[in-house]
Amino acid sequence: MINLTIGEKVWQAVVYFILILLSLICLLPFLYVVAVSVTPESEVLRRGIVIIPETFTFLAYKEVFISHGIGQAYKITLFRTIVGTLLNVFFTVIAAYPLSKKYLPGRSSFLLFIVFTMMFGGGLIPTYLLIRSLGLLNSPWVLIIPTLISAFNLVIIKGFFEQLPAEIEESARVDGASELQSLWRIILPLSLPVLSTISLFYAVGHWNSYFDAIVYINDSNLMPLQVILRNILLNVATQSADSLANSGAVSTFAVQMAAVVVTTVPILIVYPFMQKHFTKGVLLGSVKG
Amino acid sequence: MQAKLAADAIPLSKKRNSWIRTIKKYKVMYALLFPALVYFAVFKYIPMAGIIIAFKNYNLALGLWDSPWVGFKNFTDFMNGVYFWDIMRNTIIISLYKLLFGFSAPIVLALLLNEVYTQWFKKIVQTITYLPHFLSWVIVYGMMVALLAPGDGLFNMILKEFGVEPISFLTEPAWGRLLIILSEIWKDIGWGAILYLAALAGIDPSLYEAARIDGASKWRQLWHVTLPGIRGVMILMLILKLSHILDAGFDQIFMFANSFNQEKIDIIDTWVYREGLERLKIGLATAVGLFKAVIGFVLVLAANKLAKKFDGQIW
Repeated sequence: MINLTIGEKVWQAVVYFILILLSLICLLPFLYVVAVSVTPESEVLRRGIVIIPETFTFLAYKEVFISHGIGQAYKITLFRTIVGTLLNVFFTVIAAYPLSKKYLPGRSSFLLFIVFTMMFGGGLIPTYLLIRSLGLLNSPWVLIIPTLISAFNLVIIKGFFEQLPAEIEESARVDGASELQSLWRIILPLSLPVLSTISLFYAVGHWNSYFDAIVYINDSNLMPLQVILRNILLNVATQSADSLANSGAVSTFAVQMAAVVVTTVPILIVYPFMQKHFTKGVLLGSVKG
Repeated sequence: MQAKLAADAIPLSKKRNSWIRTIKKYKVMYALLFPALVYFAVFKYIPMAGIIIAFKNYNLALGLWDSPWVGFKNFTDFMNGVYFWDIMRNTIIISLYKLLFGFSAPIVLALLLNEVYTQWFKKIVQTITYLPHFLSWVIVYGMMVALLAPGDGLFNMILKEFGVEPISFLTEPAWGRLLIILSEIWKDIGWGAILYLAALAGIDPSLYEAARIDGASKWRQLWHVTLPGIRGVMILMLILKLSHILDAGFDQIFMFANSFNQEKIDIIDTWVYREGLERLKIGLATAVGLFKAVIGFVLVLAANKLAKKFDGQIW
């Protein structure tokens, strides 16, 4: 360790202090949300601000699952996240592969055709009218098909394929492998890091989006988790008549916080596994396509 | 005449033959590319063609073809509308605030993290500060409800302890913009720092050593070694953010806006949604969307040109 002067030691202390403070600011809302969701109404009335509850209750969670239809919403969100991500990655990869081949006639025109959509678009209303006329309104597929391929992710994967050494693939082709075989057996195994990063981006995007469902879906049985959470937070009356909140056993506030926890936990569970991929992802995105 | 036709036909059919040969030769590659081309044609280019709605008085019952043409009326209606300056001002002010604070906060975090020599501590801070980026705006709003709700929100509980009247942070127009900026920083400060940390890691350590030997203080090292080392990334990010000045963050503001604080935080995108899909002024909303898309397009092109000057490319 380097010998530090007194001034440098003070500076170090200040840096650590600010960083600890910042981390606490990032964490505090999580802790408070969890605390509120499990604290019984009686303890709140008795103690006021509760950060660490003395007694626990899971009534708010029961309420969220029974009268707000979170179970059904979970199914929809899992559907769009799992099926959606698989289709996203599949269609992005099969398009990125030919576009990474400099010898392919028409390649630069196709690329321009795709990249142009990143810079200009028809906007919300024409897109809505298109989806309406395609008969996709009120179908679970409307959460997947309109965002099937992200031009940005396509360009990233294409860029990654391009910088793989051409010799490996050439030798496979000389040995008689078809294009599809070489994509499947040579290119994809070499691209696992970028593929997991892109899958992560797609999956988080699916888990977190809510606006498409608000615009394209009316049927409450097809609403994803985020929309249900939004309704609960905005106090839209969605609960059934026999809800506990009506009987005063559990506060609306606790139910709202329980809904936040239920929606956040899956992200927290996969977060440690995602971590090693996403730092790479940001840097990939910054490399020119 | 006949001979001339035949003479023309030969190169044409030859051309077509070579075209077909190319497709045949690369048929697998084109087949792989085909679904993506169909996707972009249908879901991106058809809506682009749909901007002709902006020049019509669109009526859902009449449909695209039978709705009457109105020329630029939708555009002039928009520019002369009382709301025009309100939503333009909101959009640009929120964007500029986000640029000012949302842009500098991650740089400060990266510089602070760069000062930490204890690896495990650095890792923990990074892990914690990256996390909020992965939450949806709905969840972030839920966190804001936890902290700021008028009755039971943490801050208002604390205010009550001090005998202060509760403040409706979530609905009071005066707090609207601050709420938008602060929640954006809370969500993305760590994520934004990643890029700068990578740039900082790329600075040659011998530069610091040389500076230290020359007796340069911490501040002088920061000014003469660290900042020049990340200047390229900073300029690139700044240009990129400037080109998106009309995107003030739809997903976020759609969640945070309500009929009370709307006057201060209603932006172009939220207005287009309300006017177009709730009040069904479809022609007008499409025109405003087009107005924004054209300006955005010009800005992105200009940004890319500028960025190339600084030896980088955005896409």
